[in-house]
Amino acid sequence: MVEDTLMKNSKDIILKRIQSALRKENGMKPQLSGMEPPLRGIDRKYETHSKLSQVERLRLFMERVSDYKANVTRAEEKELPKVIADICAVEQVKKLVIPPGIDTNWLPEKTSGVALISDESGPLSIQEIDQSDAVLTGCFRAVAQTGTIVMTGGAGQGRRLLTLLPDFHICVVRTDQVVGIIPEAFWDLDPLIREKKVPVTFISGPSATSDIELDRVEGVHGPRRLHVVIV
Amino acid sequence: MSSSKTAVPQAFEKTARTYLDDAQLRRNLGHATRTIRNKRNNVVGEMPDWEELRESGRQIKQNVMMNLDRYLLQLEESVIKAGGVVHWAHDAADANRIIANLIKEKGESEVVKVKSITTDEIGLNDALDKEGIHALETDLAELIVQMAGDEPSHILVPAIHKNRSEIRDLFREKLGIENLSDKPAELADAARRYLRKKFLHAKIGVSGANFAVAETGTVVVVESEGNGRMCTTLPQTLISVLGIEKIIPTWQDFEVFMQLLPRSSTAERMNPYNNFWTGTTAGDGPQEFHLVLLDNGRTSVLADETGRDTLHCIRCSACLNVCPVYERTGGHAYHSVYPGPIGAILTPQLRGPDDVAAASLPYASSLCGACYEVCPVKINIPEILVHLRNKGVRHKKRRGFFSGVRIEPVIMKMAAHAFRRRALYEMAQKVARIGQRLYVRKGIISKLPFQLSSWTEMRDLKPIPEQTFREWWRTRS
Repeated sequence: MVEDTLMKNSKDIILKRIQSALRKENGMKPQLSGMEPPLRGIDRKYETHSKLSQVERLRLFMERVSDYKANVTRAEEKELPKVIADICAVEQVKKLVIPPGIDTNWLPEKTSGVALISDESGPLSIQEIDQSDAVLTGCFRAVAQTGTIVMTGGAGQGRRLLTLLPDFHICVVRTDQVVGIIPEAFWDLDPLIREKKVPVTFISGPSATSDIELDRVEGVHGPRRLHVVIV
Repeated sequence: MSSSKTAVPQAFEKTARTYLDDAQLRRNLGHATRTIRNKRNNVVGEMPDWEELRESGRQIKQNVMMNLDRYLLQLEESVIKAGGVVHWAHDAADANRIIANLIKEKGESEVVKVKSITTDEIGLNDALDKEGIHALETDLAELIVQMAGDEPSHILVPAIHKNRSEIRDLFREKLGIENLSDKPAELADAARRYLRKKFLHAKIGVSGANFAVAETGTVVVVESEGNGRMCTTLPQTLISVLGIEKIIPTWQDFEVFMQLLPRSSTAERMNPYNNFWTGTTAGDGPQEFHLVLLDNGRTSVLADETGRDTLHCIRCSACLNVCPVYERTGGHAYHSVYPGPIGAILTPQLRGPDDVAAASLPYASSLCGACYEVCPVKINIPEILVHLRNKGVRHKKRRGFFSGVRIEPVIMKMAAHAFRRRALYEMAQKVARIGQRLYVRKGIISKLPFQLSSWTEMRDLKPIPEQTFREWWRTRS
């Protein structure tokens, strides 16, 4: 195929150009040598572990999430059905999307009148998700320093669309999921990326734009409101 | 298309004048750059290990450049293993052709796009347009720029040159919404409703990428509005264009760059959304992923030992916001998708020495060094600016630009001669002191004659004093 030869050519052209650009310093012929991955010698003197206690971490996380104009509530796990039902009532949520593998002890009380739309027994259509009012999920980790929620599509989190199309995202974060700083989150994600190649989404507050005169507007395409419940 | 797109690019000092006269533009820019500068100082100031992160960022990037071929091959292998397809494009036309063919194979005529300067650099939208494919920009600012037939003027906030009432008028006309106020929230909502329909029906998404990990094949798009999530999740096919310099070696390296980038760019602790994907995932997101690796001049930048550091850039735009030149002229004066200090060193290197407009860019600086101080990967922009000026002069010399009536080299030679001999130097001072009397007005020289006039065109000169230090010393003893 013509296409194939052209592509091969471009690859060769680029690699040759790089090799001749670097040849002088490396003092070698313009060809790939068989050395081991050259990552040695990078200084990493930045912080890799948080110095905060768990209590301080939680306080910081709540403060930073609120900074993004998201709501934060603390609750006991057994209170969740009531807490979630209350949030749904306040935000007028009638149709709530729930991902596969969600902890059923979190679901809003039956009496709340919230209809649950589950992605469990066969994937929901785009329209069904788009026409829902909110989505309830857990998360993989949360980062105190930046007020970030890390989603990996695991049980209780669901595929990426579920937390994207609804206008309101309720996210339950367990205290033991809150790490102090960004490097700790990447460290914990490492095996998931290596072994399962999962898609990862970092969510820091509701979507926002500052494109018009740098005036911040919360809520453009993703969920316009975010409520974090810490248990 | 707008006149700014069809006009023949002129040297920076010529175009800058036009934009300096635009009071509205200067007000918008002044407000925007001041706001974001202050916010950045706050969020950078609260990081105890900022300098250590910058240094690690610099070292990682340097390591990537010195082993770029190896990392590219490793990335290709990782992406293929994760279920993606890799394409190599040595120039813009090559990349555009690859992307157009992929879209045509699917029989589609519209794609949704995440804001990407790399695709602006290669003129992807225009190229697709010629093939009958409409590329819809979904970032609010890019949508505004696209609707206005305009060009982006800032890396991060491309519509920074437009104010709210200009945007309202544009939306009223293009989206056909009569009752629209100029409140940013209402304008954003209008865009949301318009684009939501487009997202839900999109079959193909096109994006750039902020980083790609050689070791795992992971690609990331960093964004705020959620349009990036939409474009990288909803369509069944995703095509991402990656400048070859954007590789990082390992997943762990994200811990450096995902701290440096948001604080330098949007001046936030973290931007609202970061999307990381590794090939394709069954039942979640696009089932077909194409990664286009783009050279388009980057390897020539790599070949210049001093200029090479330009490739470390992570496109945060912090240098634009601190630049006194950018703050006054805006982005359009740079005639490039890469404006500001980073553009002043990147554009001329990407386009080569014979592009006259690009060759003027290294002079679009007062060499104040603010850009170097804020750069999250410590690119020594002033040093590269001086290096490129030097290179430009040497190139012109070779091309014989200085033959004929140009007297600058002659004057420089004479000056060098005088500086080497004390008697000659002192005599020259005396002659100049008498000669300058014709030109000193209120203790300042603002106009010199003949060829010397180009020096005073942009700046005033202090006259040579009536008595030099040496002369005063002699009268003392």
